[in-house]
Amino acid sequence: MNNLPVMVSFLLALLLTSLPIPETAVMFRPEWLVLVLIYWCMATPERIGIFTGWLMGLLLDVMYGSMLGQNAMSLSVIAYLVGILHLRVRMFPLWQQSVMVFVLVLVHLGINAWIRGITGQFTIVWTYWTPALTSALVWPFLFILLRDLGRQRIKR
Amino acid sequence: MRELIRRLGGVTPATVRILVLVALSIALMLIDHRTQQLEKFRNIVQTVVYPIMYISTMPREMVRGFTESIETSSNLQTVNESLRQENLLLHSRLEKLHSLEADNLRLKHLLGQSEQIAEQVLLAELVEVSLEPYTQQISLNKGSRDDVYVGQPVINGDGVVGQVVHTSQFQSTVTLLTDPGSAIPVMVMRNGLRGVLFGTGVRNKLAMPYMTADADIRIGDLLISSGMGGRFPTGYPVATVTEIRQDPSDEFLTINTLPVTQLDHGREVLLIWPETIKDQNNPLQQEFIDE
Repeated sequence: MNNLPVMVSFLLALLLTSLPIPETAVMFRPEWLVLVLIYWCMATPERIGIFTGWLMGLLLDVMYGSMLGQNAMSLSVIAYLVGILHLRVRMFPLWQQSVMVFVLVLVHLGINAWIRGITGQFTIVWTYWTPALTSALVWPFLFILLRDLGRQRIKR
Repeated sequence: MRELIRRLGGVTPATVRILVLVALSIALMLIDHRTQQLEKFRNIVQTVVYPIMYISTMPREMVRGFTESIETSSNLQTVNESLRQENLLLHSRLEKLHSLEADNLRLKHLLGQSEQIAEQVLLAELVEVSLEPYTQQISLNKGSRDDVYVGQPVINGDGVVGQVVHTSQFQSTVTLLTDPGSAIPVMVMRNGLRGVLFGTGVRNKLAMPYMTADADIRIGDLLISSGMGGRFPTGYPVATVTEIRQDPSDEFLTINTLPVTQLDHGREVLLIWPETIKDQNNPLQQEFIDE
């Protein structure tokens, strides 16, 4: 089971995403699934990539009750972008990675907002974008956590 | 930058893959937006994510179970007392309602109307999971296993809440009246004036467009479901008119209304199955059944 940490982290991300939280806290919730996807696309690009992103997005669509394909599209695009950038970003210091995460989450939110706007069911409020900021803030901790998880497996 | 352009321009396997998947996503979205054909597929995937959603509700459930178990007995007694009184009151009203219903039925028979609307209801509890942010949707703990169907009306003690949009084995998703994609045919209870209420995406606000300036509608009017379109049953309270404005440049009135139910409060709602009881004595209908 080489994929165990990957699967567990994706599962936890889905769990954290569906965890009920007060209405006011929704604007502060990091996009856990996007973060975990970015990490694994960066760490193991040969195994985790566009298709995984697409599948996870589909799961999220079903969980959220949104249109099928909406999050699937945005997450596969994120995976694709990370695939282009991963060689450079791996060398970045953590805070610069955070900046990149900020931009990527913005892209994710943007694609979602765009699709929801086209289908005519969406009015944007500015708090819609704040998860990008919280995601960027959470990134360094998540990065270290997931990296140590991966390292321990190699030691064994 | 140059490399980025080269990579974007040169067709790499990744580029092919992303293009295919984006196309697939768009196709999925188109089908899902226009038709109901993907509901089955959604159900299958839902059974995969159901355990995740179930686990995520557990912490909240545990906290609630704990707070309920440490409720003081005096507190419970007062609640019990007030519930008993309310029950008595409702009972007395129900007695009256029974006789009224009988009257109504008799009069309908006299008029030759053969159909009577009866409703079957089921109590459903809200499942506390996070749905897509900034949508007006809720999740219920009853699904297709309990014969919940897409388009089913959902009410609570005060009035109409919304309608079911997705069902899976154990859960269903309900779009609230305030969702921008939601509309409900209504009439003014005072005079039967018909209209349609649209969700605005803003909590506690429904819009009633296309009413001309001479429409007899006032602030404070109660709007009830009219039963037009056949989706929502007739006669349930929906909203009260809070604002009427006449914009000189607009030939229609701007009417804002407040839903009678607090859409984001409460833990229980009722699912209803509107059904027609066939009158066996009616020869016309008998014929129809025989065919």
